[in-house]
Amino acid sequence: MTAAIPAQGVSIELDDVCLGFKGRQVVRHVSGRFSPGSMTAIVGPNGAGKSTLIKGIMGVLKPSSGQVRVQGAQRNDLAWLPQAGELDRAFPITVLEMVAMGAWRRSGAWRRMTDDEMDRVHQALAMVGLKGSGHRIVGTLSGGQLQRVLFARLLMQDAQVLLLDEPFSAVDTHTTEELMHLLCRWHEQGRSVIAVLHDMDLVHEHFPRTLLLSGEVVAWGDTAQVLTRDNLRLARRLRDEHPA
Amino acid sequence: MIYDWLVSPFIEFGFMRRALAGAWALAFGAAPLGVFLVLRRMSLMGDAMSHAILPGVAAGYLLAGLSLPAMMIGGVVTGLVVAFLAGLVARLTPLREDASFAAFYLISLGSGVLLVSLRGSNVDLLHVLFGTVLGLNDDALLLVTACASLTLVALAFVYRLLVAECLDPGFLRATGGGGSLVHMGFLALVVINLVAGFQVLGTLMVVGMMMLPAAAARFWVLSAAAQIVLACFIGLLASWTGLLVSYHLNLPASPAIILGAGLTYLISVVFGPQGGLLHTLKHYRRSAARPW
Repeated sequence: MTAAIPAQGVSIELDDVCLGFKGRQVVRHVSGRFSPGSMTAIVGPNGAGKSTLIKGIMGVLKPSSGQVRVQGAQRNDLAWLPQAGELDRAFPITVLEMVAMGAWRRSGAWRRMTDDEMDRVHQALAMVGLKGSGHRIVGTLSGGQLQRVLFARLLMQDAQVLLLDEPFSAVDTHTTEELMHLLCRWHEQGRSVIAVLHDMDLVHEHFPRTLLLSGEVVAWGDTAQVLTRDNLRLARRLRDEHPA
Repeated sequence: MIYDWLVSPFIEFGFMRRALAGAWALAFGAAPLGVFLVLRRMSLMGDAMSHAILPGVAAGYLLAGLSLPAMMIGGVVTGLVVAFLAGLVARLTPLREDASFAAFYLISLGSGVLLVSLRGSNVDLLHVLFGTVLGLNDDALLLVTACASLTLVALAFVYRLLVAECLDPGFLRATGGGGSLVHMGFLALVVINLVAGFQVLGTLMVVGMMMLPAAAARFWVLSAAAQIVLACFIGLLASWTGLLVSYHLNLPASPAIILGAGLTYLISVVFGPQGGLLHTLKHYRRSAARPW
């Protein structure tokens, strides 16, 4: 579960990136850099374009202008935890199958999973506290358990950069603490963590860097300097001026 | 007596054996695709696509008469064009994909019927709409079996990708799995099977072999793989019983096969252990009997 992280690490550079869909521009002219091994929270009001930015970085959405450059790795070496609402939870798949999807980069989508990979799947489930739940159908899990499964899939991806879109929404405090602990461990191993969050206490406590977004960049830097009253007020005003 | 009813028609008559082989091949190809359509909540898409191939089949018929290759090429082309255009409209405008498909299939249906009526008789139109399962020739039989084989091999290759596309399309795209490619490939398989099946059951009925066994299977087993196996089995059973009923009661074969699948669906809705009515009722009573 612990890959060797290259000394130079992986950085992500955004160069005047604009993103949108169906003719609407949601993210405007974002420029900046996520340094190797950094831990950054992306915060902002609803409709600020946080999830859209994550999708743009992952390559799921193409920028309408500007460039996203991933240095030190390929784009699909990044791991992404989507919002739970983007999953079709009614699809009948077991927890084991879902976590095993994280091994596709190594095993391919066609080949049979090796015993080693299956061991890794079981280890990943144990690490997120779901030992013995592999044969449950995903649709029968609670919101917190589903987040744990998604974290286990992230573990399987063994990526150097982790992008998480609201990883703690609809999750109880205890689960949030456990999953946050996992994130901190990954960061200590040298991985970059980028997470969309709404809980400002969590951001202040665990994330040294913050990007405050409201369609455009309001502030990006050390968390204490970004999350000021003035910046938050400006973010709300920008959102009102450019509603999504 | 049992032998006379269940087996003898297929031993005695070549056309019955051909009909059974054609319908079984169709079941093997179409039913697994139906499972994915049901699981992806795209059931109406199958119906829309079956109408979408009609103008192409009709154009082939207008240009070359009752020529199987011409009608097949026409059907595949219009089916794929409608799938592409409907997808494009859904991606570029606020219209949802189901509404976009519905709009295009209605246009297709209108143009298809118009094209057939330009040259053909009502009998020709009925053949295109409802198939000629009891009159399958070698070419038609080969076509439907080849399509079924292609479908099963293709599904084996893209099974995991399709599952990911249903469950978490963003993950598939982010890991370089080619979400749009998988989606278009899947729709192409649907079109090919509908076109191959129109000779057997007709453009309107063929979608029944795709959707009804799949919808029935969903009430008995949970996993997608098990649903595929069961849907194929239901398709085989419906073909066999439908042809027998058609033979013994002198009824049209295509509707008899589809009604066989429909009956299995209704039984599944009532008795199926995975959310069937009786199961749900029992569960409700048990919950209501609890004091807390």
